[in-house]
Amino acid sequence: MSHLAAPLGTARGQDAAAVAASALRVNLGRRPVLLGIDFKIPAGGITGLLGPSGSGKTTLMRTIVGAQRIAGGTVEVLGLPAGTAALRRQVGYVTQSPSVYPDLTVEANVRYFGAMHRKGKTDVAEAIAAVGLEPLARRKTADLSGGQVNRVSLACALVAHPRLLVLDEPTVGLDPVLRADLWERFRAMARAGTTLLVSSHVMEEASRCDTLLLLREGRLLAQLTPAELSRRGHSSNLEQAFLAMIQAADHAGTAVEPETAESARRDGRLH
Amino acid sequence: MDFLMMLATTRRVLSQLRHDHRSIALILVVPALLLTAVYFLYENESLPPGVPRTFDRVGLMMLAIFPFVVMFLVTSITMLRERTSGTLERLLTTPVHKADLLFGYGVAFSLMAALQSLVATAVAYWIFGLDIVGAPAYVVLIAVINAVLGVALGLFCSAFARTEFQAVQFMPVVVVPQILLCGLFVARDRMNDLLEAISNVLPLTYSVDALQEVAAHAEATSRLWQDVAAMGGISLGILVLAALTLRRRTA
Repeated sequence: MSHLAAPLGTARGQDAAAVAASALRVNLGRRPVLLGIDFKIPAGGITGLLGPSGSGKTTLMRTIVGAQRIAGGTVEVLGLPAGTAALRRQVGYVTQSPSVYPDLTVEANVRYFGAMHRKGKTDVAEAIAAVGLEPLARRKTADLSGGQVNRVSLACALVAHPRLLVLDEPTVGLDPVLRADLWERFRAMARAGTTLLVSSHVMEEASRCDTLLLLREGRLLAQLTPAELSRRGHSSNLEQAFLAMIQAADHAGTAVEPETAESARRDGRLH
Repeated sequence: MDFLMMLATTRRVLSQLRHDHRSIALILVVPALLLTAVYFLYENESLPPGVPRTFDRVGLMMLAIFPFVVMFLVTSITMLRERTSGTLERLLTTPVHKADLLFGYGVAFSLMAALQSLVATAVAYWIFGLDIVGAPAYVVLIAVINAVLGVALGLFCSAFARTEFQAVQFMPVVVVPQILLCGLFVARDRMNDLLEAISNVLPLTYSVDALQEVAAHAEATSRLWQDVAAMGGISLGILVLAALTLRRRTA
């Protein structure tokens, strides 16, 4: 048995990273946004993508779901290059501004996106229940509050039962109770084997993640656990810790600046 | 191409429309009102005996032009919204095939167009006594093909507009020249060579030609089917071009 298990084990070992990027560079038009970053996102956990606005979080997420062309380096998602057709069945994406149809009911929205994954009634009902919108299922989405529309958008991704779920600022505009509910939901999904990548600029949410990717100005500042962040930033307040790390990086990095696409490319290769 | 995903898209587009009562009313009622206007415009014309009424010619052509114009506008705005709201990008990260989306739209709006032309044709026949030789079923058929053409052009043009304001500006560019040159105002063989050559490649020309065939012959002529084939071919070509504007990845 063991001689069979060994190769299988190594195959699983490679699969263990749900997302693996190396020397990844992405431009938006001509503007370089991601300047050569390397990381591995472990399967079956919650990874927080944190950084100030404009640091490249959304661009990185769009690259992972295959909506953004890359300028250099590689990104592999579930063992395949990002954007591969087979991944469309396994990767769910919730955009920052809710992308749902305002003139449809909640149920019709979830049903439609479910149909794109051949999911039927039970999955639709489950997804709506998961975001706590059962009482509003037959209401028109345009008549809901901003936070509720966000949850409709989330349900439209949950209905497909993706292996990797990419969520761009899913808790913006939610009240604290709902936010806690949603994080519990994410935790339950992670326990069931789903890999979640969640961006946020609320550092308080970082403590709920297993690992953190700290992004700043198109570079990966660090990949660490929340505990490591508070140790390295010398504060139990993760926001303070993150600021301290940024300041430390700025002091260390002044000599390396200015950033150009050229230096970024060089850095990317050096990694 | 996945039939169920196409059907889901058709169903979704129709239920979006169903929530919009005002648009449905405009789509169904306005053509009938405009036909009424055309009828009364020519009410007092004095004709030598044996010459057909102008309404029988102009009213008939309008039956084909309405679905084209209306579906062009409706589709280009709907598709533009889909592009700007992020729903299109989201859809393209799912397994849906581009053809499922485009044909889903095509089927939904063609159904609307069929309803519209049934209302307009019924009004033309029963209220204003439209007098042509051919069967009304052919008139409805041509109207529906014209609607598909409008849908295809609308899907394609929406790629070149960033706002709804820009999208409606495509109407004078794409739709008006076709109405001017299709043979409604001046018979095509009386146009100068350049205009006639242009009208030869404009799809609406073929539908007007087809309607003239229906007006003059009791049975479907081979020329009618040629025109129908030309319209179908052009629509399909434009749909393929529209599919090329749907990008799963942006640069």
